[in-house]
Amino acid sequence: MSESELLMEAVNLEKHFPGVKALDKVSLQVKSGEVLGLVGENGAGKSTLVKIIGGVYPKDAGELRLNGKPLTHLSPGIAQRLGIAIMHQELNLVPYLSVAQNILLGRESTRGTGILDRRAMDRRAQAVLATLGVSLDTRRLVAELSIAEKQLVEIAKALSRDAKIIIMDEPTAALTRKEAENLFRIIKELKRQKKGLIYITHRIEELVKVADRVVVLRDGRIVGEGQIAELGPAQIIKMMVGREINEQYPYCAGTPGREVLRLENIRRDGVLRDVSLCLRAGEVVSIFGLVGAGRTELARAIIGVDKISGGRVIVDGEVAGGLTPQRAISKGIFYLPEDRKNQGLFLERSIRSNTIVSSLRRLSNWGGVIDYDKANRMVVDYVQRLSIHPPAILRVCKHLSGGNQQKVLLARAVMTKPCILILDEPTRGIDVGSKTEIYNLINKLKADGVGIIVITSDLPEALGISDRLFVMHEGRITAQLAHSEADQERVMEFALGTGGKS
Amino acid sequence: MTTSPHYKTYPAITVEKLKPLVGLFLLSSILTFLNPRFLTLANIMNVFRQTSVNAIPAIGMTFVILTGGIDLSVGSVLALTGAIVAYMLRAGVNVLVSVAGGVALGVLLGALTGLIITKQKVPPFIATLAFMAIYRGATMVLTGGQPITGLGDSFAFIGCGYVGPVPFPVLLLAVISIGGWFILAKTRFGEHIYATGGNEDAAYLSGVSVHGVKASVYAISGLLAAVCGMVVASRLDSAQPVAGLGLELDAIAAVILGGTSLSGGKGHIPGTLIGALIIGVINNGLNLIGLSSFYQQLVKGGVILVAVLLDRRK
Repeated sequence: MSESELLMEAVNLEKHFPGVKALDKVSLQVKSGEVLGLVGENGAGKSTLVKIIGGVYPKDAGELRLNGKPLTHLSPGIAQRLGIAIMHQELNLVPYLSVAQNILLGRESTRGTGILDRRAMDRRAQAVLATLGVSLDTRRLVAELSIAEKQLVEIAKALSRDAKIIIMDEPTAALTRKEAENLFRIIKELKRQKKGLIYITHRIEELVKVADRVVVLRDGRIVGEGQIAELGPAQIIKMMVGREINEQYPYCAGTPGREVLRLENIRRDGVLRDVSLCLRAGEVVSIFGLVGAGRTELARAIIGVDKISGGRVIVDGEVAGGLTPQRAISKGIFYLPEDRKNQGLFLERSIRSNTIVSSLRRLSNWGGVIDYDKANRMVVDYVQRLSIHPPAILRVCKHLSGGNQQKVLLARAVMTKPCILILDEPTRGIDVGSKTEIYNLINKLKADGVGIIVITSDLPEALGISDRLFVMHEGRITAQLAHSEADQERVMEFALGTGGKS
Repeated sequence: MTTSPHYKTYPAITVEKLKPLVGLFLLSSILTFLNPRFLTLANIMNVFRQTSVNAIPAIGMTFVILTGGIDLSVGSVLALTGAIVAYMLRAGVNVLVSVAGGVALGVLLGALTGLIITKQKVPPFIATLAFMAIYRGATMVLTGGQPITGLGDSFAFIGCGYVGPVPFPVLLLAVISIGGWFILAKTRFGEHIYATGGNEDAAYLSGVSVHGVKASVYAISGLLAAVCGMVVASRLDSAQPVAGLGLELDAIAAVILGGTSLSGGKGHIPGTLIGALIIGVINNGLNLIGLSSFYQQLVKGGVILVAVLLDRRK
């Protein structure tokens, strides 16, 4: 590698969210002509870091320097003007404008009175694409492009704005192998043009191929860094998972009963590939995997939100066809989604309304009139058992902390008296105290004979609370491990798709 | 730490909910000061009766807006059902049967709108905009643009009758309001409406039949538009093809003034009633102080704007 100058430097960045330290004294350097790989489990702090660099979040402490000058008041607009371009997983393009219009957005060529000069714009856009060695019809609408082509447009847009630093967040997640190879070629070209790149990925083999240096984040801290050439894949995986498991997980071996759920070769095109598993009463099964592994999609397929293209869901020995969430609940299957705010809570409604919404049939008479006295008694009971704070059942949910919001959702689930409970990331982003309470509740339900599936990307959690552990990677179950035989490195290898190859 | 949970800590009546009431009170005070005749029993009953024409469909609109939708077709449903009932009456059909038929038609028209919105996934604004034109057009074709008059004395009671000192439309409004409030505050359907409007995805995953809820609220809106159609036709002793023109906007204004969120999931019937009363008081009061009706629009728009701006400042 030729001599590379320092473009950007982060020094002791810190960021707090309520109850969580998202970034703790994170320092890193971005150099020209170099790709810095950023890896870590979900929730390790990668996206928080990117959002601070991109001006989306303000930092709580520390310093960010660009070409040696400290950046103070950063906003997404300022970051862009300073030459920091971020390629998010959801691309930021205007679908019904042409490729050229997107690349030159805000800096269009005009003739005199503001009328677009499309020919000049096409020429300029072509010129930018040519520096990448890419040919693309600049008159096409972005909506018609493939994801790979849209990424090219995004990169070209960044280049035309003279970006110095380009951050790519999981760029290959939705690409085919061939498209990914093309992207790697373009990354090489960007390096040649002396850009500084930050490359976020879950795929270790890709990291090894693309990056020059790597920074490993875990729980908001840098736990390892170095030259890729010196580290090698095994060492990087070790850094990613090396967290101590303490007695935070009150595991108790139960006595599983009859089989309550069996999945046979569940398929959904491009998302789920022949997923089979079974769940017994009084058993906790966790499904571990990284983002995009298909875990949430599996849950949605079970309760009938997404149609499956093959396979069978068998509940209590009977094939359950044509389920909807409503029917699933009446069959005793309850799914608690991972996205609390967008898919779980009614933020403007009270703790009471949020808790009883799935159990209203039981709480109302033939005319649909709700017995609020009974509802109040039951909700108060759950509020006490789960120590939801504040213990005021008419309190509007938007005022509660994340942990308490999650407990309200758990109360909703438990109130339906489920036989099968599917919890999607039940402890993500919540405080330690609430976590412990949630684990205790899971154990209690397990003792009561509920079959529980916990979807999680928290590896110690997956290992710590479950009787059995399934690992998913790219829509497929890559491993099934018992509580005693699972260890962090093995599980992570399966989740990364590198396991079992020996 | 182990204080027993109680559910009276956060009362159902909050400052936020009282804001429209304070506005109504202020407005009434000003008008009373400008013309003391405003605060007579006769005039207050008058305000209530005038208000009922707007408030009845506004209650239906509250249901729709609570689910995050909108219903622009209420004025047209009012005119079409009014015309159909008028034809039935003129044809000698029994009054009760005619009225029941008109109301049933309203439910049907509303349910059709609801089905188009849920099954065909047409945005409510567009679907009801189309039906606004279709139903109005149907009324025009049916009536040839001419009013249908001479609907009979027993029908006249709906719009002109009194029960004690209370005009019948006001009584009707009271019954409908209490019914609407009860549904929203006390029933499973009510909880489902708030859930659907507050967070449709969450409602669906929680087992709420989101489509059923949405279709139902448009049926309710159609029902109340038809009821209002009866009142209007009865009061004028004729079904006018242009009846209820622009009514949807006053209904929406009443809902907004009452503090219901246009994005859904938040709001209540008492607020809408107060909102409708604010509009009624403006119309009535400006008449009383002798201001030309041209100014009424101006004041009404101003009040809505001020109310919304005040609501945004928190």
